[in-house]
Amino acid sequence: MKKLKFIPVILLALLFLTACSSKQSSSNEYQEIKASKKIYWGIRADVRLFGLMDIKSQKIQGFELDLAKALTKQMLGKDGKAVFVQTTAKTKIPMLMNHSIDVLLATNTITEQRKKVIDYTDPYFPAGQAIMAPVNSKIKSIKDLNHKGVNVIAVKGTTAVVNMKKFAPKAKVLEFDDYGQAFSALKAGQGVAMTTDNGILAGLISQSKGYKLVGGTFTDEPYGMGINKKQPQLRQALNKALAQLKKKGIYAKLEQKWFGNIKGLKL
Amino acid sequence: MFDLFLQNWQTYLSGFGYTILCSAIALIASFILGTVFALLEITETKWIRFLAKTYIEIFRNIPLLVITLFFYLVIPTYFMKISGFTAGTIGLSLYTSAFIAETIRAGISAVGDGQMEGARSNGMTYLQAMRYVILPQAFHYALPAMGNQWISLIKNSSVLAFVAGFDLMYSADTVAFSTYHVIPAYVITGCFYLILTLPLNFYTKHLERRA
Repeated sequence: MKKLKFIPVILLALLFLTACSSKQSSSNEYQEIKASKKIYWGIRADVRLFGLMDIKSQKIQGFELDLAKALTKQMLGKDGKAVFVQTTAKTKIPMLMNHSIDVLLATNTITEQRKKVIDYTDPYFPAGQAIMAPVNSKIKSIKDLNHKGVNVIAVKGTTAVVNMKKFAPKAKVLEFDDYGQAFSALKAGQGVAMTTDNGILAGLISQSKGYKLVGGTFTDEPYGMGINKKQPQLRQALNKALAQLKKKGIYAKLEQKWFGNIKGLKL
Repeated sequence: MFDLFLQNWQTYLSGFGYTILCSAIALIASFILGTVFALLEITETKWIRFLAKTYIEIFRNIPLLVITLFFYLVIPTYFMKISGFTAGTIGLSLYTSAFIAETIRAGISAVGDGQMEGARSNGMTYLQAMRYVILPQAFHYALPAMGNQWISLIKNSSVLAFVAGFDLMYSADTVAFSTYHVIPAYVITGCFYLILTLPLNFYTKHLERRA
């Protein structure tokens, strides 16, 4: 009897494993996209300026969405359709791998470790890590955080967490699921500062008074679009479209639209 | 998947430790609180009964995450500093105590009025009768349902992950996001929870048989 009890567990484990391995059956995604005239973009809905749900209009808006629309037009012509799929830090990689989305355009920093799992296009946004603290805070740079007993707030799965171990190893990092939660923790005084990419912090500051960016960026970590491995055609097409958008000045226009009025942010 | 575990076993183990600690504290606290509120709920005094009922209904009907976030975000804003681990453990204890109280109350009512009357007419006080006659039997009746609550409690301790409580689920997030091997990272976590819940399951079954 006792042995029988473990059978459901084993079955469940097998189910998970098969789910993992299904990603290997990849065909040519670029040809599929061209045939269907649709690109499924994985985007964020909790990052102001990049992709955020606007409560009034019930639509997700941001730099990354506009960029995705422009890229779709550039790649597929006028009748190309951009389909947006909301992802979170937890779901973005599994959703890319099980083909729920074709391209991940979700404030995704390019790192060597991540390159082992997914492929990246050329960088599309020059991000770097920065610190946000209350206006009356004495913190001036990352060095002021490198003390025992200092709590710093970050978001799970961001490179900011890894970088803190390098730049301020003595500080304790508290990780939260999304930027909204992390910011409320900062407001509640659970940490002395919050750290993540400059553009994201700028978005948070633009919306609420009493906080400032301090010390400028201390890393250089551009965002890239994430795609599945073994899709060279799709990667080439995305890179080409991005280059053309930059050449035509559409990219600069979008950049100006979303980041032009943000103080303390240099791109 | 095994490689992933070997590379990150320290992260998992520290999370496992916090989960055990949180579960153990919450298990004891919720058991004591639950018993107290079950007793208060069946006292003769009306306003005490009302208070106990209010407490139980509040914590039984609000999601655990909301209770925990309340302690984590509201308490430090107005009163004092509170860590994610403390906030989560308090939230979990209060939330579970409401369910335990209901379980024990059901156990007490299963014992039957005659027992209390018999004990009282033999010269026991109300508290003595409760302590020596009613409650031991009530716990016995409540045991299967209580086992369920304990297992829920261990699994619910994953709420700590939302308030940076460094538990098992938090470790799983850390591993999943830093390596991008998301699904294997959570499968390993599931196995760790099984290490805790399965023995507990067998132990309560064993208690049921013995009693």
